[in-house]
Amino acid sequence: MVESIVSTGLAIGCIYALIGITYNVMFSASRVFSFTAGTLGMLGGVLGSLFIARMGMPAAVGFFLALAGGAVLGIVTEIVAVRPVLRSLDQHLYVLSTLALALIIQQFTAIEWSTEPQPFPRLFAIARGGFDQQFWLPMLACAAVIVGLELLYRHTLIGRAFLAIAEDTYAARALGLPERSLRMTSYALAGVIGALAGFAGGEMLLAFFANAPLLTFYGFVPVALGGMGNNRGAVVAGLLLGLFQQTANFLVGGIFASVAVFTVFIIVLLARPEGLAGAALQRRV
Amino acid sequence: MDTPAAQLRPSRPNVLGSASTFSAALPFLALLVVGVAFPLFGGGYWGVIATRACVYWVLVSGLNLVVGFAGQIAIGWVALLTLGAYTTSVLTAGTVTPALPPYLALAIAAAVGAIFGLIIGLPALRLRTFYFAITTLGFATIVTQVALAWQSVTGGGVGVAGPIFPEPFSSQWGFYYFCFGLAAICTWMTANVAASRFGRALTAIRDAEVAAEASGIAKPALLGAVFMFSGAVAAVAGGLFAALQSYITPDAFTLDLSILFFIAILIGGRGSILGPLLGTILLTVLPEFAAPLVAWSTFLYAVLLLVIVLAIPGGIAEILDFKNRRPIESDRAIIPRPDLIERLLGAPPDAGALTLEQVALSFGGVHAIDGLDLEIRPGQVHGLIGPNGSGKTTTLNVISGYYAQQYGAVRLNGAALPVFARHRRAHMRIARTFQTPRIVGSASVLQNVMIGGTIDGEGTFVESLLSLPRHRRDEVMLRDTAMLALAAVGLERLAAVRADRLQHSELRFTEIARALMLRPAFLLLDEPAAGLSAEEIGRLGALLLAIARAGTGVLLVEHHADLIFDICHHVTVLNLGRMLAAGTPAEIRSHREVVNAYLGG
Repeated sequence: MVESIVSTGLAIGCIYALIGITYNVMFSASRVFSFTAGTLGMLGGVLGSLFIARMGMPAAVGFFLALAGGAVLGIVTEIVAVRPVLRSLDQHLYVLSTLALALIIQQFTAIEWSTEPQPFPRLFAIARGGFDQQFWLPMLACAAVIVGLELLYRHTLIGRAFLAIAEDTYAARALGLPERSLRMTSYALAGVIGALAGFAGGEMLLAFFANAPLLTFYGFVPVALGGMGNNRGAVVAGLLLGLFQQTANFLVGGIFASVAVFTVFIIVLLARPEGLAGAALQRRV
Repeated sequence: MDTPAAQLRPSRPNVLGSASTFSAALPFLALLVVGVAFPLFGGGYWGVIATRACVYWVLVSGLNLVVGFAGQIAIGWVALLTLGAYTTSVLTAGTVTPALPPYLALAIAAAVGAIFGLIIGLPALRLRTFYFAITTLGFATIVTQVALAWQSVTGGGVGVAGPIFPEPFSSQWGFYYFCFGLAAICTWMTANVAASRFGRALTAIRDAEVAAEASGIAKPALLGAVFMFSGAVAAVAGGLFAALQSYITPDAFTLDLSILFFIAILIGGRGSILGPLLGTILLTVLPEFAAPLVAWSTFLYAVLLLVIVLAIPGGIAEILDFKNRRPIESDRAIIPRPDLIERLLGAPPDAGALTLEQVALSFGGVHAIDGLDLEIRPGQVHGLIGPNGSGKTTTLNVISGYYAQQYGAVRLNGAALPVFARHRRAHMRIARTFQTPRIVGSASVLQNVMIGGTIDGEGTFVESLLSLPRHRRDEVMLRDTAMLALAAVGLERLAAVRADRLQHSELRFTEIARALMLRPAFLLLDEPAAGLSAEEIGRLGALLLAIARAGTGVLLVEHHADLIFDICHHVTVLNLGRMLAAGTPAEIRSHREVVNAYLGG
């Protein structure tokens, strides 16, 4: 029993953490949180199922196409819902524009794909049981993303440019960094990470349009608790969230587990609005 | 020369006369007539649609105060509809409690809704926009899941029968009139709030939060009241919704419904009652005209939302705002009337002096202010000058409570001012303006100025909802005072104009008028002459002198040396957070260090 709680909890936690990182990558590039983060996760699962199960492509091809789909959606998010409203950040129009885009994609998926959860193909022909691929795939994906981002940020020029933009957009622009194309690249990267989360967690979450709002919410919890823009915080908080949710699931039953998660989320946020690992921001007058 | 009052009177009817009130009410009256007469020409199915529009509007009217007026992005308001629907249904069904009459059940649902409205809403006081949006979204998901799981009460996925209202509201048209009546009452109540000091305070919180605080608006109490009202009407709408559906399951309360409510408000336009009302009708009726598109309705709503946000953020209300598309005179001058100041400010307040003692504040390693002494006396203009970064605005922010000093004290008449209690400053009659004017752009100039007098109203939120006498007296008083303040700063001809159409210099004078609404004992001005022409600076000087003559202590942070030396009684020169010199303008002008370091002559 404990084994099942831990493996499910960690796997789900890794998916939440990945969605949290998706939020963070977009936030770092633009100071904007996007409602499309969970939609990307949903799309990863749906596209994977579409390409591999329905269209019969090899798993590897389906995998790359699903990630490419995520990248495209990331870029679309930037062009359609973020860039036009960046000039008036104080009006918070981005909340509405990204919400609208997320809904458009979600509804389109519901109508054109299915309103019922569809099965996600098994990627490796290994017998079920024990520490199954549905558990280790999300963990592997999460580890790969963390290592990949770390290498990108520390050892490549473009990664350092990302960091510069995240630190101080104006200064970065003054240095001659191509802010706009860096932002688009960031959104494409975020799209890949989000789609990867949904693809790796496809067997657990299934290919289901309604995963979008769930992932948007549960994926944001690690961001809020870990501090915005803080990827390590997001991973730790995501794993804790997954474990907590599965434990509550086992102890008090599935639906009241959601209530428990929500309650803890609200209480922690009210006590520390800047997250458990973040620092308070001074307001400008 | 006429008396000031006689000069003011003719301008009033144009601005807010009965003709303009009537034309504002006309669309509502038209909707009322159509609504009452609807059964005469509507068929049976259209009756259901019309009833549904009324039920939705009951919810949207309350949510409009939260989203459209206070600017809080509450996406998951369907949670309260669900709560109200189940509370009413379960209480009337009598499966858990003895069966209650539907009206009592509806009233209990309203109370439950008010409490939960407060619970869902309160995080808005602590959380940033997106965080709050997400928490409401989470709440909506949770409520539906609980409804599914709590089978012993809600019937789980099987559901529960909705309430049936007794005669005369049991027939289709009877129930329609019941819902229509409630919708009309909600329209009336929210319109009352919108036109009250509470409605203006909400828009100030939305668009100019620091100005709201400086005007003494207590955000927690106000938002709390609005969330409770909004929660209560949403729960009532839930009860009606359950009766209309006659049987409810958790499936009926999808997030799509929440999005519909939310989008109705944004399509209608923020800060309007009529716009969201039309938006609600539009979104309820539209799918009926395009039957093949029903499955796509949420998709289309989302597309509509995106278009609205990107193309017409003002929504229907902005399209219908013909009045503000008329050109305003282009060569208009601001001619203040310093002679009106005495009448506006009344008897000089007896407040003692405002003093800073050894105040110090550093950000990281930078000493923004470093042991500053200052005394601002009633009836005098005190100039605060110094190069950029010398700590002038920081001093002002310490006095008005935006920053807490790390050392020293700020005292009013000997008593230390509490640190950080920003909105308490207004109650001590300390008013301020801002370096960049903080104005509610979509409100009229008059409404902006009236925001400054918010704390002088006596009526409560409930009295404003019901338009009781005290509310009406407050409004008359605030309007008259604001017109006087506008006349005093020379802007009364622009009273009815949307504030975002004003020129920069006019916004500066609008801010001064708003600050004067407090009848301030102390007035703190942050570079009021920046961006003004030489002529306007001269008039500003005369105005400030008149304000000081009325007994107000004025602290003037400024770069224009001429203005400072013309009108100040006392000048303090700052450099790197320390006092470089202090004295009369004549002394400062001949102070060698000041001349070398700053005046450059």
